[in-house]
Amino acid sequence: MSAVRSSAQARGRDGPLLAVQDLHTWFELRQWGFLRVGSVRAVDGVDFELARGEAVAFVGESGCGKSSLARTLLGLHKPTRGEVVFNGTRVADLRGKDMQWYRASVGYVQQDPYGALPPFMDVRRILSEPLIVHGISSRVERERRIRQVLDEVRLSPAETILDKFPHMLSGGQQQRVVIARALVLEPSMIIADEPVSMLDASVRVEILNLLRRIQTERELTLAFITHDLSTVRHFADRIFVMYAGRIVEQAPVDELLAHPQHPYTQSLLAAIADVDAANARQQREVPGGEPPSLLHPPPGCRFHPRCPHAIAGVCEVDDPPQFEPRRGHRSACWLHR
Amino acid sequence: MRRWLEGLRELRQYPSAIGGMALIAFLIALSVYTVIAIPYNQALDLWRGGEEWRMHPINAGPVWADRLTGGNKPETVLVSSADADVREAGFEGGRQVRIPLAFNYDYGDFPSEINLFLKTEDTDREAFVRLSWQTPDGETIPLGGRRIAQEDRVSISQNRALEARLGVSPHIGLFADALDGDDPSPQAGRYQLMVDAILYGEEASLDADLAVYGRVHGIAGTDHQRRDIMVALLWGTPVALAFGLLAAVGTTVTTLVIAATGVWFGGLVDATIQRLTEVNIILPLLPILVMVGTLYSTSIWLMLGVVIALGIFSAGIKMYRAMLLPIRQAPYIEAARAYGASNSRIIMRYMIPRILPVLIPTFVTLIPTYVFLEASLAVLGLGDPILPTWGKVLNDAQVQSALYNGFYYWVVSPALLLMLTGLGFAMLGFALDRVFNPRLRTQ
Repeated sequence: MSAVRSSAQARGRDGPLLAVQDLHTWFELRQWGFLRVGSVRAVDGVDFELARGEAVAFVGESGCGKSSLARTLLGLHKPTRGEVVFNGTRVADLRGKDMQWYRASVGYVQQDPYGALPPFMDVRRILSEPLIVHGISSRVERERRIRQVLDEVRLSPAETILDKFPHMLSGGQQQRVVIARALVLEPSMIIADEPVSMLDASVRVEILNLLRRIQTERELTLAFITHDLSTVRHFADRIFVMYAGRIVEQAPVDELLAHPQHPYTQSLLAAIADVDAANARQQREVPGGEPPSLLHPPPGCRFHPRCPHAIAGVCEVDDPPQFEPRRGHRSACWLHR
Repeated sequence: MRRWLEGLRELRQYPSAIGGMALIAFLIALSVYTVIAIPYNQALDLWRGGEEWRMHPINAGPVWADRLTGGNKPETVLVSSADADVREAGFEGGRQVRIPLAFNYDYGDFPSEINLFLKTEDTDREAFVRLSWQTPDGETIPLGGRRIAQEDRVSISQNRALEARLGVSPHIGLFADALDGDDPSPQAGRYQLMVDAILYGEEASLDADLAVYGRVHGIAGTDHQRRDIMVALLWGTPVALAFGLLAAVGTTVTTLVIAATGVWFGGLVDATIQRLTEVNIILPLLPILVMVGTLYSTSIWLMLGVVIALGIFSAGIKMYRAMLLPIRQAPYIEAARAYGASNSRIIMRYMIPRILPVLIPTFVTLIPTYVFLEASLAVLGLGDPILPTWGKVLNDAQVQSALYNGFYYWVVSPALLLMLTGLGFAMLGFALDRVFNPRLRTQ
């Protein structure tokens, strides 16, 4: 349980844990420090809801705004427009203790495990820091919780780890410490931003299994951000496909992988390499062109310049709304009209 | 912590680090010894000068320097009536006292001055003394008689009548073997000053102290006020170290915290700090210090305050900013924000510790800079008015034209200590730089 108790925690026991409505995160570009010359629309109108204990994946190519979305959810960026509602409370309204409660409720697992750990602190110190910040002043209590969480991420015996500095640990161990730090405040949600992309292939599955197991055991909501559709299948219940700051398709994982609806998702899936000798001679169909500029996104559907099925006179004119071509499967594409 | 210990262990491989640490340890030991041996108030009293030093010669050189160069210059000879074979005889209403003040003199040069200090007690009226000088070859030279006050000083070497009689200064004439040559030399042997006194009063007594001032004194010599320069050299050590350390700590810590604050908050805060720094960088430190010293006070602690105040927005901010900017973007700082660490915690616990190792060599080499600054101020006549410091010794030496007069020791010894301080910290600092700054490693 988090040390910071607050009124915000009591509210909204039912309903989704996290609801995001029309979320925009734009970064202003300024010249000479004050002249506005435009905005990078990293997150540009995102709506979704996450249920308690649900694991979802946000998938998209680099620069599609998935990391900006993660940081906005964590409260590291202020949303330009729209709402993040956590447990029935608008995050933008949280102040002081309530904000600390929110910060304790949302854990963050980063991409680069070595960079995510302060190089001048040992593991004990690294894991103590969140507890100290959240007012747990008893050394004994901190030590107990640190050992518990180290055990949970399978870094045991704790004695061999606690006094080590990050550079003395392997990549996998470092990422386990990062996960332990995200868990030590006993959050109800974890946001993992590409948690395995910097790890050796041999360690990836281990870390993903660990995250999945902890998610199930603790009944955590897990938002898993990745550019790699192939890792998603076993670790998420639902998938959100992001393109140019927007969610273009969302569906339960098996449904989406079996019946991708949006042309962008289809090309992403087509690009996944299968371990098959026949592939060596086979040219794959990949989405042509570059991801669009987030500074000046194309009008209409943002994918239309790269889309093989673009409908002239429609796609480049109007933004497609979310259609529901199959049950529980939404896609923002004029093809489903 | 472990990283620091590893760094320190690595230091042992650098001879310059060992040398530097030895020099610094020596200076620190000297400071500790000084502060214990000569308490602060006593040091201030001594340096104020006056009666404390009446038995010391003026502008005497160090003994060891003279002996090393094969000289045999005289040290000060003190003879007291307490050790003399005093003969007394009473008469109606008073006493007659005869004090022979004898001493051996075996030096290769004449004394610099001769004084006789007389002190009478329980006299009804002023006593009368008559002095006569006996040389080793038996000659007796009368030095005249006079009435004396309760506490009196007879400056034998300034006795004009005697000087006229001898043809040379008394302190030369009374010791010379033959007066016919142009280049007299002192006669070795036993000299005696006979003090014949008439004291009025049944219980009257007389103490006489003869001081035959030498031309060399102690380890460091004396200055124009008879003060032992050693006092200033000793006390200058803790003062210099404290000034250097406090100024270095004060400027480094404030500069670092301000740079980190600017980097962390960015925007207007950063811009303000940068503009203030740029303005401050072009302000000339020394003239401002001279102005403060002239108009207000030259107290060393005020100077320290001004140095730190002007050092807050120093050029170091630019350097620290450049080092901190990439750290601001580090993922671990983002993680700290995500778990709710406050701004001050991020600055103090996450950003600054990251660059501390690189900072330590700079800090160590900064210390002597401030030691030199304090000495420069003192040489300019803006030294602390009461504290003895190396810079003030140099200032006195300059005012008294020490080098022109050949009192080289007056300049060399404080300068040498300043150089040792600079050398010690520089040697340690450069070695630390190699240990903590990986880019400088040779292998």
